[in-house]
Amino acid sequence: MAKANLMDYEKAISLFEVVIGLEVHVELNTKTKMFCGCRNEFGEEPNTNVCPVCIGLPGSLPTVNKKAVESSISIGLALGCQIAPTGRFARKNYFYPDLAKNFQTSQYDEPIAFAGALDVEVPSGKVFTVQIERAHMEEDAGKLTHVGGATGRIQGAEYSLVDYNRAGVPLVEIVTKPVFGAGAEAPELAAAYVRSIREIVRALGVSDARMERGNVRCDANVSLRPIGQEKLGTRTETKNVNSLRSIERAVRYEIQRQAQILADGGTIIQETRHWHEDKGSTSSGRPKSDADDYRYFPEPDLVPVMPSNELIESLRAKLPENPADKRKRLAGEWGFAEMEFRDVVNAGLLDFIEEAVAAGAKPQAARKWYSGEIARIANSEDKDVSELNITPAQVAELANLVDAGKINDRIARTVLAEVLAGKGSPEEIVKAQGLEVVSDDGALIAAIDEALAKQPDVLEKIREGKLQAAGAVIGAVMQAMKGQADAARVRELVLERANQS
Amino acid sequence: MTELIKKTASELIELMHSGEVSSVEITQAHLDQISKVDSQIHSFLVVNAESALATAKDVDARRKAGEVLPMLAGLPIAVKDNLTTVDAPTTAGSKILEGWIPPYDATVVTKLRNQLMPILGKTNLDEFAMGSSTEFSAYGPSKNPWDISRTPGGSGGGSSSVISSFQAPLAIGSDTGGSIRFPAAVTGTVGIKPTYGAISRYGLIALASSLDQIGPVARNVLDAAYLQDVIAGHDPFDSTSLPDSLGSMVEAAKAGSLAGKRFGLIKQLSGEGFQQGVRNRFAEAIKLITDAGGEIVEVDCPSFEYAIDAYYLILPAEASSNLAKFDSVRFGMRVTPEGNPTIEKVMSATREAGFGPEVKRRIILGTYALSAGSFDKFYGAAQKVRTLIQRDFANAFSKADVLISPTAPTTAFKFGEKVADPLAMYLNDIATIPANLAGLPGISVPIGLADEDQLPVGIQFLAPSYKDGLLYEVGAALESTLEGIWGKRMIDFAPKLEVN
Amino acid sequence: MSEITPDLVRHLANLARIDLTDAELLRFTEQLSVIVDSVAKISNIVDENTPATSHPIPLNNVFREDEIRPSLTQADALSGAPDSAQGRFKVAAILDEE
Repeated sequence: MAKANLMDYEKAISLFEVVIGLEVHVELNTKTKMFCGCRNEFGEEPNTNVCPVCIGLPGSLPTVNKKAVESSISIGLALGCQIAPTGRFARKNYFYPDLAKNFQTSQYDEPIAFAGALDVEVPSGKVFTVQIERAHMEEDAGKLTHVGGATGRIQGAEYSLVDYNRAGVPLVEIVTKPVFGAGAEAPELAAAYVRSIREIVRALGVSDARMERGNVRCDANVSLRPIGQEKLGTRTETKNVNSLRSIERAVRYEIQRQAQILADGGTIIQETRHWHEDKGSTSSGRPKSDADDYRYFPEPDLVPVMPSNELIESLRAKLPENPADKRKRLAGEWGFAEMEFRDVVNAGLLDFIEEAVAAGAKPQAARKWYSGEIARIANSEDKDVSELNITPAQVAELANLVDAGKINDRIARTVLAEVLAGKGSPEEIVKAQGLEVVSDDGALIAAIDEALAKQPDVLEKIREGKLQAAGAVIGAVMQAMKGQADAARVRELVLERANQS
Repeated sequence: MTELIKKTASELIELMHSGEVSSVEITQAHLDQISKVDSQIHSFLVVNAESALATAKDVDARRKAGEVLPMLAGLPIAVKDNLTTVDAPTTAGSKILEGWIPPYDATVVTKLRNQLMPILGKTNLDEFAMGSSTEFSAYGPSKNPWDISRTPGGSGGGSSSVISSFQAPLAIGSDTGGSIRFPAAVTGTVGIKPTYGAISRYGLIALASSLDQIGPVARNVLDAAYLQDVIAGHDPFDSTSLPDSLGSMVEAAKAGSLAGKRFGLIKQLSGEGFQQGVRNRFAEAIKLITDAGGEIVEVDCPSFEYAIDAYYLILPAEASSNLAKFDSVRFGMRVTPEGNPTIEKVMSATREAGFGPEVKRRIILGTYALSAGSFDKFYGAAQKVRTLIQRDFANAFSKADVLISPTAPTTAFKFGEKVADPLAMYLNDIATIPANLAGLPGISVPIGLADEDQLPVGIQFLAPSYKDGLLYEVGAALESTLEGIWGKRMIDFAPKLEVN
Repeated sequence: MSEITPDLVRHLANLARIDLTDAELLRFTEQLSVIVDSVAKISNIVDENTPATSHPIPLNNVFREDEIRPSLTQADALSGAPDSAQGRFKVAAILDEE
């Protein structure tokens, strides 16, 4: 497919108002599926976590997972939603081979949670309030593998294989109202919103919330209208955007694509579009049409969910701190500069730093490691920080080794690489490889004396107030010690020596 | 021992408990009758002689060893073929499921196995229980033992004919709009649709989930009570299953009484337009009830006039969705058209070839009733009519304890008589459908033969939800009154089948 | 007169994945017209104030504890499948070639 013509982004924003809408699917981490007792786990041997219910055998009937309902209520409450006193399941009817019953058990006109709002901060520091339309419970579909043809894609495949291990996994779909007024920051807002949802469900403990595993998935609706026009433009729904970076890029791409079409006098087709991470573009999927008649009706095999006030209040009482409040609190506690803190938030590092601090790291040290070396490595490997093989506790250990003067920064970077390579914890590595700095002043003093003998004028310069002259000696000592010395201590000793003489 | 097959289930239980007769003898007697008559009647889609006899032998051995066995242990039974069984193909009367052996048992089947009841086989039905005659079975119709040129009713014509031709003492049926009660009425047997949720639907191949109910088919009311008592009860696998027990139906049947109860004669179902012989027998039954001390009151249920319309929207709507899973992917038949078809084409070709005309008709009607433009006018309105019908029932039950009507407008009809005219076929269910829409229990009890054709007529009693016991109480009382008059059982009037 | 046309029946059959023959299409159009004309009268006896009943017996809050139950074996799961490969259900390609 040819890449579409894209309008310059600034120009697009100057001509059109961007309206976005986001549908986020959160996979719950319950032990069992939404409507049967099969294990909520996939990626195992295909079709082993399945039963008559989740492969839709004739005669089987669904039963609702209580924990999934409670998790859904908790998500609703965390998003400031009202919880429906009566909620029902409904069948969404359409044929697709990954859908075992050829209907999805979902919720339609009576979602469990509705009318919420979430404050979302974009990188510029601006805060937008995103209105939440609803959050409803539903089930995931099975997994298709396309065989034959090129590249395992659906197009041109000879046949497909279906694994229903994922079929029936509980999902909560969170749908926003149309979001206006983000202007040029709409792509950033979309990504920041999904990040907030991820933070919330992770804090609630109701989802593993790993986007790379599809625990959190986002469909982004984008439409444009000429500035000043009241009528909303036709929207497209971009599916398959499964990282924060892709969300931002996909929204930006759709803005530029649609703007060019509209400017050329064309019309936007209401359709589903697919995001291609490799190409950085979207392509046309199924057009939305009258054929999408899902024939929703109340699920007759399930009875209404009517959460009591006691249940709702007990779940409300257990809600963790709201991420926005938490950020405010942590900003105060940690004493970061405003920019430092914002960078940490935007880079999605807050939770890691918080855990590292909880494990005993000093906040600034944890920040330095995460937003410096660790972020750099993740970036160079094109991974999320969460995918790196190091825990916040290990980062704390590393930072504390440096703080205690046991290793210096340079050695610490080596230790970090070893931790990432799976060689053990920082302390184990330092011990096993004998990396601890030489803290025996005797050995240092001997090395300093040796260096001073070669540069006899240094002490004089220091006494004249040219403290930087110490650098040459420190360098020589560090070299002699093969880097395993605490440079600060060496400097102290050199200055002491100058003052003594 | 040839007459073993003529005995009621209750009598057979006694004979086994007293040690006079073994389960193997009883089971073999029925298997013999099956080999004699089922080639004519075609009640069974599959007969499981070996496994039935194995269960019977096991029961006899354990009884001999002095083990305390469940109440119905050793009593053979036939099961409608829309209930899943791991040891026999389950087809629901459809070609699309031909040869399918489910990997799990329906909850009711598990209960029968726990009772150690030999399962003789699976009985015929209209495809997916859509029909009133078994003429829509993909495997050919069952015959009415009273007149084999006539249908045994439907959808459960296999279960009704199996009882009335003495091939089994008890059978399981399912009733979505009358599929237990109508066949019972036209074969001179007893059939009960319990309160919705009284018996688990897990493993029942769904027709219309909010209407379907499993129930007993039997030779008399007490037999049915024995069966309901062992298959009823809460099932955690069925979310619509009632949480509490409805009590003992056997006790209710044994306490049978008509005296002092108010019987509501439903104005809309009092027999106008019904066959004359049906009206005559019904009038006599009313007189017997009055003679026995029952009080007859008239009740008005104006919305019943719309029950069939609402039913023929709700049922197809739910069925269109329930039957979507028959798509050739995970089980059942697959038809692959010529060329290199997509899955969509394979599904469409399979469903075209695998479903019969009535199923296709109802799926399309149901798809229409639910579709965006017509939902409110059809499915939505039908669910509202359901509320009106419930209100009519509530009102009627404020004046009467039990409601009465003929079970069906006519006696058994001839093959081919209604098959081409869906609306005429649907009218058979006019008296039975309101109970399914409201979820309340109903029973059909034989009340004699119609004058003009000497074919069985049934009376229907309806009770408020949860009061299934009341049906057994009045049903058993009327039955015993009639047997007193006739000097024998209704079933004994059945003509002897010619044996091959 | 009924709104049921052959085109509508064709559309509904497509939604329901049934590949009707032309003869069936005509017959169903006729029969469904009669049925729909007959049942349509119900919309006259209800209004927006009539509540809908979707469950005959009003139960609510029926839940299952989040406890793992045994699943089918892969062999049992696939036992009824018309075709399978690599432990999965095998189906024809989903889309036509582009």
